Amino acid sequence: MLGALIIVFREVIEAGLVIGIVLAVTRGAQGARPFIFGGVAAGALGAGVVAAFADALSQAVAGRGQELFNAGVLAVAVAMLAWHNIWMARHGRELASELAAVGRAAAAGEKSFLALAVVVALAVLREGSEVALFLYGILASGESGSALLLGGLGGLALGAAVSALTYFGLVTIPARHLFAVTTVMITLLAAGLAAQCAGFLQQAWIVTALSESLWDTSAVLPDSSILGRVLHTLIGYTDQPTGLQVIVYLATLAGIAIATRLASPPPRAPKTAQAPAE
Amino acid sequence: MTFFRTLLAAAALVAGSAASASSETALQLTIKDHRFEPASINARAGEPIAITVKNLDATPEEFESKALKVEKVVAGNGEITVRLRPLKPGRYAFAGEYHEDTAKGELIVE
Repeated sequence: MLGALIIVFREVIEAGLVIGIVLAVTRGAQGARPFIFGGVAAGALGAGVVAAFADALSQAVAGRGQELFNAGVLAVAVAMLAWHNIWMARHGRELASELAAVGRAAAAGEKSFLALAVVVALAVLREGSEVALFLYGILASGESGSALLLGGLGGLALGAAVSALTYFGLVTIPARHLFAVTTVMITLLAAGLAAQCAGFLQQAWIVTALSESLWDTSAVLPDSSILGRVLHTLIGYTDQPTGLQVIVYLATLAGIAIATRLASPPPRAPKTAQAPAE
Repeated sequence: MTFFRTLLAAAALVAGSAASASSETALQLTIKDHRFEPASINARAGEPIAITVKNLDATPEEFESKALKVEKVVAGNGEITVRLRPLKPGRYAFAGEYHEDTAKGELIVE
């Protein structure tokens, strides 16, 4: 039972963290919640479909279907996160100011919510399909099923707890700083996902360059440990990254940071409406 | 969906050319009763390797190896191909993540 709990928990940590971060990002934004929870539901549904067609998926594209699917999902998630950060850099100030909170901004924000909902859906989809397969395996095998199943469901519950913990941890940060913190977190998250994407392309032998490990810290902090898994999501930690993964990671960090800076309005832009008599 | 299909088509092209260009060492593994058979496989160093993993169990398994950087689901009664870059001599452990107690094996590269 404990084994099942750990396996499922390990799989859902990433999605749990992503959901927590996204909920914190959209805190106080009107109309964001339905998007986020819709994303979770869509992801879970998709996970079931992917699990059901797991065999067909692995046979596709000369046996490379799974890797390509994962790489594609990750690439879209990275694009959405990058776009969100850039969008927030441009409009975040209006959104944060009380003036805009009156609904106009909420309407403008919907596009950004949609991007985040897609991110959540993809995170749930990718990890969820493995959980679905694992739980299905338990059910199908029939051997001592109920205890294992209970463990699996416990793992899911722990994943939800991770979401809650992340969210409530983040929202203790004063609203003024929360935006800066989540921007950094999303950038790191995106860079980590981009590195994972590169890893899948290398696993499929589609990209063969720079496939040697740059370092091996698996003895100190293995990926498979809970802490390793958490850091894997938060900052993209990998115990044996390939050269390409490190390059992709750094390039994504730099790319998003530069794009965000370019997109943000010049500081102290004249604001006619906000200039009271001096 | 169109995006995904385009991606697949592009990948098929790349995959096709890659497969015909390389001379892979082909290895076979089966999973039965949540165990790998054989539990130990051998390959030569410096050559690309393709391992076919056939799952004879009705339940799914995840073929996982940190050392080989592989993480791949094998459906119940399904089959996957794991492609590996040319490896240095050494012992590379792999496991079935869903049944880690029993599904263990290693690839010995010499």
